[in-house]
Amino acid sequence: MATKILLEHVGVEGIRAIDTYLAHGGYRSVGKALKEMSSDQLVEEVKTAGLRGRGGAGFPTGMKWSFLDKKSENPRYLVCNADESEPGTFKDRYLMERIPHLLIEGMITASYALGANTSYIYVRGEMMPVIRLLEKAIAEAYAKGYLGKNILGSGYNLDLYVQPGGGAYICGEETALLESLEGKRGNPRNKPPFPAVSGLYGCPTVINNVETIASVPWIVNNGGAAYASIGIGKSTGTKLISACGNIRQPGVYEIELGLPVEEFLYSDVYCGGIAEGRELKAVVPGGSSVPILPKELILKTAAGEPRLMSYESLAEGGFVSGSMLGSGGFIVFDDRACIVRNLWNFTRFYHHESCGQCSPCREGTGWMAKVLHRIEHGHGKMSDIDLLVDVAKHIEGKTICPLGDAAAWPVGSAIRHFRDEFEAHVKNPDSCLAKHLHGAYAHAASIM
Amino acid sequence: MEFSQEIKREFDQIVARYPQGRQKSGLLPILHRVQEEYGWLSTEAMNAVAGYLQLNPIEVYEVASFYTMFHLRPVGKYVLEVCRTGPCCLVGAETLLQYLQRKLNIGIGETTPDGLFTLKTVECLASCGTGPVLQIGPEYLYHEQLTEQKLDQLIDSLRSKS
Ligand SMILES: Cc1cc2nc3c(=O)[nH]c(=O)nc-3n(C[C@H](O)[C@H](O)[C@H](O)COP(=O)(O)O)c2cc1C
Ligand code: FES
Repeated sequence: MATKILLEHVGVEGIRAIDTYLAHGGYRSVGKALKEMSSDQLVEEVKTAGLRGRGGAGFPTGMKWSFLDKKSENPRYLVCNADESEPGTFKDRYLMERIPHLLIEGMITASYALGANTSYIYVRGEMMPVIRLLEKAIAEAYAKGYLGKNILGSGYNLDLYVQPGGGAYICGEETALLESLEGKRGNPRNKPPFPAVSGLYGCPTVINNVETIASVPWIVNNGGAAYASIGIGKSTGTKLISACGNIRQPGVYEIELGLPVEEFLYSDVYCGGIAEGRELKAVVPGGSSVPILPKELILKTAAGEPRLMSYESLAEGGFVSGSMLGSGGFIVFDDRACIVRNLWNFTRFYHHESCGQCSPCREGTGWMAKVLHRIEHGHGKMSDIDLLVDVAKHIEGKTICPLGDAAAWPVGSAIRHFRDEFEAHVKNPDSCLAKHLHGAYAHAASIM
Repeated sequence: MEFSQEIKREFDQIVARYPQGRQKSGLLPILHRVQEEYGWLSTEAMNAVAGYLQLNPIEVYEVASFYTMFHLRPVGKYVLEVCRTGPCCLVGAETLLQYLQRKLNIGIGETTPDGLFTLKTVECLASCGTGPVLQIGPEYLYHEQLTEQKLDQLIDSLRSKS
């Protein structure tokens, strides 16, 4: 059995209630951290664990924590990124819904490590039901003395609040999130200064993903070395993978990093293979922003090595033949899926969600969506295919935040690996595998 | 317009979450609360929020218009928001959305003449493993693994509640 760090207790009846959570060892890390460990020791433990940010970028968490400007006179903040909006990603919602106290426990321990006395969990507004659950759990934690003044008699004070978003993918980008938390439009900030120096209200701030924070209690209880012994190489520990698309068993799975992709895809413990007896065509392994890989390259690297579910293995081959682990949103396409239609859909998404600050992103995503709509609906030209590649290149790396890259990468990779499908659309529109859908919400095609 | 004392007390509690002078942080939670109360955000309501938070009205308008959850025009009693993003489309969201348009006899963004339903699309609701999915404000409860049959039942039950 694979080690379960995050989901061990999700199946326990009543685990959303603090008494049940406590009966299963909940909040142990708070006592241990506050009474037995200094904040520096905690940061070291997380460094030893090799924990990497689970929001998508995979940045080492301990290192991020050590960048926090502790000399500043200003208060420090921990902000949890629960904006989860990357298409294909539904692990944070799952975790917060099933076991809300795990996140709260992690927030307390991590806030102590950072010396923060006020922390916020920024939850995307559409998840109102999750917000209500978290608020209830927080009230329970206050009542038991895990939040508020002088927690467990340690002298440490912490207030924790939930902040709702308003519906905007961009607010998952950490500086847009801070703007939103300050009551403004979600326009990303220029970096530097980084949030560790100047974040919320201009104060030193750490922003971490839900899953990252929820991993901290286990690390505190069991030690960083124990965490680092799970996984493979620099991909330590476990990762939640949300699997969806044309598979038999969509859902959220906790895997030990390093699991072969083939096993994840076909084992009955995980995805259970392709649905309805179809064939695998392609996978987007880390949320809509990461490159799509065709069957041959998702199961094996270009060098013929088995592809593993790890940061390194999924990236093997760079953007020529590899992809990224990203947020762990694993989207599977069977042989009936139209790659062009899906790309049009994703590109339309990025255009809709662009905050509009940077011209290459605001205009470029719109152009790409228009051209893709035209190809998908049988009005494309052969030159459109290279035009898309060209526009994508003019967005990538030329924007304040990485939303531009997130929009460009899927375009480049889909054309690299499935050019024949784009050409077939141009030559013979009837070849579109999804042509039965061409009338579907046609006016959404006006691309907003 | 004036908010009731009761709602104002809720606003006070929201603003207390932030440091002194940072009451603007309360803007999104307060707009959600106002929309829950009135169904949408009228200019008068936004002006009143600006007054309460000591902001210029433009600071409220620019935020309300940035975020997709805020309705700047009246909407139906139930706002049906169907996810239209890639993963849901792999499992039939597009066909279902067409079905819903035919069933309600309205297009996306429109409201039924009886004022009961507004049909909207929304981007990935973090429910891709249980798509197709829609949610209904103001509770924003999720309805997952939708089929035509489930939609029929849902619409019927909402109609009979009204
Ligand atoms: C457009 C965009 C959207 C993002 N959305 C999310 C998100 O929904 N959740 C998240 O945790 N990180 C998201 N990120 C990454 C955050 O900017 C940030 O790197 C992350 O929250 C840091 O936490 P971690 O180090 O624990 O991963 C997004 C980034 C970009 C550019
Ligand atoms: S794509 Fe519909 S919930 Fe994610």
